[in-house]
Amino acid sequence: MATMDTHDPWSLRESYLYDRRVIAEIQRAAREGIYDIRGFGAKRRLPHFDDLLLLGASISRYPLEGYRERCDTDVTLGTRFAKKPLELKIPVTIAGMSFGALSAPAKEALGRGASEVGTSTTTGDGGMTPEEREHSKMLVYQVLPSRYGMNPDDLRKADAIEIVVGQGAKPGGGGMLLGHKISDRVAEMRSLPRGIDQRSASRHPDWTGPDDLEIKIGELREITDWEKPVFVKIGATRTYYDVQLAVKAGADAIVLDGMQGGTAATQDVFIEHVGIPTLPAVRIASDALQELGMHRQVQLIVSGGIRTGADVAKALALGADAVSIGTAALIAMGDNSPELEEEYAKIGSAAGFYDDWQAGRDPAGISTQDDELAARFDPLLGGRRIANYLRVLTLEAQTLARACGKSHVHNLEPEDLVALTVEAAAMARVPLAGTSWIPGVDNQG
Amino acid sequence: MRAEVTEAAETTAVEVVDLASTPLRELNQRLHDLAGGADGPRRWRILNPNGAHAVACGIDAEIEIEIQGHVGYYCAGMNKLATVRVHGNAGPGLAENITSGTVMVDGNASQSAGATGRGGLLVVHGDAAARCGISMKGVDIVVRGSVGHLSGFIAQTGRLVVCGDAGEALGDSIYEARIYVRGAVSELGADCVEKELRDEHRAELADLLLQAGIDDLDPSDFRRYGSARRLYNFHVDNAY
Ligand SMILES: Cc1cc2nc3c(=O)[nH]c(=O)nc-3n(C[C@H](O)[C@H](O)[C@H](O)COP(=O)(O)O)c2cc1C
Repeated sequence: MATMDTHDPWSLRESYLYDRRVIAEIQRAAREGIYDIRGFGAKRRLPHFDDLLLLGASISRYPLEGYRERCDTDVTLGTRFAKKPLELKIPVTIAGMSFGALSAPAKEALGRGASEVGTSTTTGDGGMTPEEREHSKMLVYQVLPSRYGMNPDDLRKADAIEIVVGQGAKPGGGGMLLGHKISDRVAEMRSLPRGIDQRSASRHPDWTGPDDLEIKIGELREITDWEKPVFVKIGATRTYYDVQLAVKAGADAIVLDGMQGGTAATQDVFIEHVGIPTLPAVRIASDALQELGMHRQVQLIVSGGIRTGADVAKALALGADAVSIGTAALIAMGDNSPELEEEYAKIGSAAGFYDDWQAGRDPAGISTQDDELAARFDPLLGGRRIANYLRVLTLEAQTLARACGKSHVHNLEPEDLVALTVEAAAMARVPLAGTSWIPGVDNQG
Repeated sequence: MRAEVTEAAETTAVEVVDLASTPLRELNQRLHDLAGGADGPRRWRILNPNGAHAVACGIDAEIEIEIQGHVGYYCAGMNKLATVRVHGNAGPGLAENITSGTVMVDGNASQSAGATGRGGLLVVHGDAAARCGISMKGVDIVVRGSVGHLSGFIAQTGRLVVCGDAGEALGDSIYEARIYVRGAVSELGADCVEKELRDEHRAELADLLLQAGIDDLDPSDFRRYGSARRLYNFHVDNAY
C-alpha cells in the first residue's frame, strides 16, 4: 500500500493488470457505452520481423558488390491462369484502401507514386474512382462482400481482380464507414443515402465456402475473358487451410494480411485480439504452397506491418513473392506528421499517435471526405513521397539481399535467417540465433 | 455447332449455340465481342446448358438470349443491356450484380438471385431460394413464387416483389430498398418494418408486375416493407 507522497512518485505502484490504459478504457466504455472504433493496426507488441536477423555472407557464402552487382527486384503476379499477368518492377505494392476511407487526392497520390516506380495499387471497399484509374498504371480491383461500387465496367478496366475474403485487422468481420465520412460522392458510389453509417457485410452475398469460391473465380474469369489475374485476400487465421483452399479454388495469387494489418475503421477489440501475426502467417502460407508444389506458381503477397526494407527482405526470405503496404504508405504521404502537431492537439490527439482515421477529420487531408481538408493534400507531393518511400524499401531490401549473396531478392530463403526470440524461432521456423534449435521441429541437434 | 435459323415472320437471324459441342468460353467470348454496339447476331439461342456455370455472364450488348434448359451458378452475372431468358431453373447467384437489361427464369432460382444488382429487372416465375435480392443496389426483382430466408438482406435501393411467401429475416438491416410481399412473411429481420401501402406504391407495383408479365394479381393484395431507419447511425441502444 502506498500513500500519496507527492515528493516520492516512485512509491506509487502501477498495476500490471490494470495499467493506465486499461483503466482509461474501462472509464471510457462506462462513459460512452459503445466500443472503441479506430484506424491503424494492432498496437500491442507482437512477434514480428524485428525478431529475425539476416545472416550476411562471409567465408562459406560470398556477398554481391553493394551498388554494382545486379540484384533484381521484378515480380510477376498471376502467371498461373491469366493471359495478362501483372509485371511489377519492385516487390512492394500498395494495399487496398477504399475511397471513402481515403480522400480522392490521397488515392491519386498512391497511384502516382506506385506508377512512378513500376508497381501496382489497389482499390478498396467503395469501388474505383476515375482519379485512381487514371493515375495508376497497374490497378487491382477489389471484389468485397459489400460490393459497394462494384460494376462490370470497372472490373473490365482493372489490371487484376482481388477477391477479399478477409483483412488482417478483422478476419471474420465486416466493415463500417461512419456517417461523417459519407459525402455525396461516396454515397452515390455506394448507392446509399448521405450521412448514414455504412455497414459492409462480413460474408460474400453470392458464395460461401471453397467450392463456391472456385465457381465465383470462374465467373470473374469468364466476364473478363481470362485476361486478368485473380487474387484472393485473406486475413491470417487458419492460414494453412485458407491458402490451400484458395489454391484449390483457382487463385492466381494469395494476398495474406497478418493481424497487425492496418484498417480505416475497426473495433479496437477486434484489431488487438483476432488473427495471427504476420510472421507465423508467412511461413505457414509458404509451407502450404510448397506442399502443393505451388510456391512461386501461385504468388504470395504478404502485408501487415511492413515498414522497412528489412521487413521486405525477411518476408521474401520466408517465402513471400511480394509485400504490400497500407499504414506505412499513409505515413509516407504525411499522416502523423509533426508539422501538424497543433492541429492534432485541437482534435485531442498528437503527431505519432493519431489513429482516428474513421473520424474523417484528418488534418493531413488523407483519411477524410471533407473537401477543405482533402484540398490541403497535394497529390503530386504525396505521390513523390510514396515513390521515394517505395524506392527506399526496395534499395534496403536489395542491400540486404546482396549482402546475403543474392542476385534476385527472391533468392533470399529461410536459411538466411535466424531468430532473436524463442517465439520467433518457433513461428518463422528458423533457428534461434547461435543455436540450431527450431522449437517444434524434430531432430535438431 | 452453330446454325443460322431464319425466322418466318421477321428476317432476324437467330444464332444457335449448342453447349454440348461448343465450349462455354467460346460462347461467352462471342457474346462479349458484341460490346459497344459491334456487329453480330442480336438474337441467340443456347442449347444444352446442362447446369453449366457462368453462362452468358458479363454481356454488355443489347441482345436477346434464350437458354433452353437449366443453368448453374451466376447465369447472366453482371448483365448489361441484354435480355436473357432461361427456360429452366437457375443455380445460385443468378444475374448477380446486374446493372441493366432483363433476366427472366421460367423455373426456380437458387440462393442469392439478383445479389447486389444495381439496375435492370430480374423475374423469377417459380420460387427463389434464400438471400434473394441480398445487398441489392437498384435492381428490380419480381418473384412469382416465394423467397427463402434473409431475402433483401442489407438491401440498399431497388424493389423486391414477392407474389408468394417470404422466409425468415426478410429485409434484415435493410436500407432504402422497398419490399412488397403478397403472401405470408415468416419473420421480419432487424430494422425491417411493415409500411403503409399507398397509391403511389400500388402504381409502382402494377408497373413492375406488368413488366414481369404478371397480369392476374391485384397490387392491393400486397404489403409493403422497408427500413425503420433505426440502424442508420450506430447507437448502443440499437445494437444486437
Ligand atoms: C485506411 C485504410 C483503408 C483500408 N481499406 C481496405 C479495404 O477497403 N479493403 C481491404 O481489403 N483492406 C483495406 N485495408 C487493409 C489494407 O489493404 C492492408 O491489408 C493493410 O493496411 C496492410 O497492413 P499495414 O497497414 O500494416 O501495411 C485498409 C487499410 C487502411 C490503413
